[in-house]
Amino acid sequence: MQSYNLTHLKQLEAEAIFIMREVAAQFEKPVLLFSGGKDSIVMVRLAQKAFAPAKFPFPLMHIDTGHNFVEAIEFRDDMVAKLGANLIVRYVQDSIDKGRAQDEKGPNPSRNGLQTITLLDAIEEFKFDAAFGGGRRDEEKARAKERFFSHRDEFGQWDPKNQRPELWNLFNGRKNPGEHFRVFPLSNWTEMDVWQYIASEKLDIPNLYFTHKREIVVRDGALLAKSDFITLLNDEKYEERIVRFRTVGDMTCTGAVESTADNLDDIIQEVASARQTERGTRADDKRSEAAMEDRKKQGYF
Amino acid sequence: MNTEIEEKIDSQKYLEMDLLRFTTAGSVDDGKSTLIGRLLYDSKAIFEDQMDAIEEVSNRKGKGYVDLSLLTDGLRAEREQGITIDVAYRYFATPKRKFIISDTPGHIQYTRNMVTGASTANLAIILVDARKGVIEQTCRHSFIASLLQIKHVIVCINKMDLVNFKQEVFEKIQQDYKDFASKLSIPDIRFIPISALMGDNVVDRSENMAWYEGSTLLHTLENVNISSDQNFVDARFPVQYVIRPQSDEFHDFRGYAGRVEGGVFKPGDEVVALPSGFSSKIKTIETIDGQLAEAYPPMSVTITLETEIDISRGDMLVKANNQPQNSQDVELMICWLNEKQLVPNGKYVIRHTTKEARCIIKDVRYKMNINTLHRVEDDTTIGLNDIGRILIRTTSPLFYDSYNKNRFTGSVILIDEFTNETVGAGMII
Repeated sequence: MQSYNLTHLKQLEAEAIFIMREVAAQFEKPVLLFSGGKDSIVMVRLAQKAFAPAKFPFPLMHIDTGHNFVEAIEFRDDMVAKLGANLIVRYVQDSIDKGRAQDEKGPNPSRNGLQTITLLDAIEEFKFDAAFGGGRRDEEKARAKERFFSHRDEFGQWDPKNQRPELWNLFNGRKNPGEHFRVFPLSNWTEMDVWQYIASEKLDIPNLYFTHKREIVVRDGALLAKSDFITLLNDEKYEERIVRFRTVGDMTCTGAVESTADNLDDIIQEVASARQTERGTRADDKRSEAAMEDRKKQGYF
Repeated sequence: MNTEIEEKIDSQKYLEMDLLRFTTAGSVDDGKSTLIGRLLYDSKAIFEDQMDAIEEVSNRKGKGYVDLSLLTDGLRAEREQGITIDVAYRYFATPKRKFIISDTPGHIQYTRNMVTGASTANLAIILVDARKGVIEQTCRHSFIASLLQIKHVIVCINKMDLVNFKQEVFEKIQQDYKDFASKLSIPDIRFIPISALMGDNVVDRSENMAWYEGSTLLHTLENVNISSDQNFVDARFPVQYVIRPQSDEFHDFRGYAGRVEGGVFKPGDEVVALPSGFSSKIKTIETIDGQLAEAYPPMSVTITLETEIDISRGDMLVKANNQPQNSQDVELMICWLNEKQLVPNGKYVIRHTTKEARCIIKDVRYKMNINTLHRVEDDTTIGLNDIGRILIRTTSPLFYDSYNKNRFTGSVILIDEFTNETVGAGMII
């Protein structure tokens, strides 16, 4: 008998496409959470593949903290225009203005946690019943426990101890009114898989991921980019370094790494020999051992 | 810690890697976390910041060693209670393969997690403590591996260092296991004497066990042949979603999206749509990257047909001369996943491939004592973590194969109609 083999990337792709189609079939109003970061760029590519030659049957939504890298927003708008996709943007600033959220105090107040409020409000506003996220289990240990179909109660909360078992490729998206699901098609991907996929699919990504000169400040070991949202402490000062970003999120908590990688192959080599996890540059995860679990329980991405 | 990895990875080779999913069964005492920790550490999948974090926590908790189980126990409650509650997934790669580990807790009450982890695994590692030999838990784990039709089992006889690396100990356990496993249906069983703590026969060959001539664990994981484990004979294509672009360019396009769950489909193949029974020919197999000459498991593709016939989600495309069984009365082995026990004559939602229906529990034939493998016929209550055989009747016919023939067209889940929870995992007999 002839043997049929799919490479691991093709298997991961097939799995993610299966998940996306399952969501389109089981839910009435899905949405794809899109930040312009590498994982969401891969998600959009997979959505295109899942429904071709039709357009994917859901809008994109960005929860905008206002603390963005300019490059990421430009890239986002450019990509959406090329796709002809429908992009919804909801602003954390609006939640603050309405009194539904309040900025943190301190030298680099993060709006990372506040995104949850804006996100849940937007899910309610549009009556979305499933929201795709680009989260991966290899990112962080609470995420390692996450399901493909992750149930959220009417408060948007995750109950990690009481999750539905997921067997074979049977996914249970049944829910009561007011509840919704978060769906993670990239669950089984690693950072390396994402980069390999970007390379093999020749996907465009924001320049932030490639090496460039930038003014940064070193705080608690993290290299934070110069921005209006950061207040320098006593003896801190900005200095120019050759850096790139491994993840792109809120400017106040996304750290850069020193790197000269200016193409995908170099990035892949760097990922292969990296000794720090990609979220090791994220100050938001370092707040406590269970920082991610606590945020996720409340409805974070 | 490793300082720097000098060798450049070969990007092209990475793209050609395949994927092995395996599950690990055993309790904390068997050294399961240590073994996983070692595989991850030696394959450089543990990063410095993760290592720093668990070192810091281990010290804070006054442990005299780096507790690698902290890597997999991701939830606060797990760390507090020192137990693993849920399946944890871990990832690592060698130049040959990418691996997905579903690490499942070994306590008796967590059969449900073991079944979940095993449902997608190609291979199971079962850990045996060399000092204790084959115990009840070993039998339970092996039974579940067999029930879930895992084709490859590696029995790792661990802590060989504590029995002076004696060959007799290894051979005795191997024989005991073989005697017991003759009652199971696992086609490929291998035995490896290891010391997860010292690293013997995990990644590197043991110098302490020159008498062992087999492969190391990692070498076995890298080389076990899984390409023939999937069913490439019986063509099955459950329709997941119908794609109709309704754009000018693709005005008449009607594609059936789904994942190939068995066999091989090619353009020109005669196919029958179930349940309607109408036949047609495959016109094209579409992907965004172009049309394909063939589609096989586990590819996600879109199939177009020569003629327009009425097909929707939950239907199945098969070949005329090779059709699945078709019935409303289905016998299952069921593993119960919920605290609320199975209700005899109760009604549940059932999901099978892409189809959803309702079903009623007609009979509980027996319950398995999973430690002795005996059938219990006088007590047929099926509660959390119980495994039994049941008969159900569904509201509409299922097109299915036996689980032994095809994992994906032979499996179902039962869902509580009121709580929407997944309460049962069934394997069709």
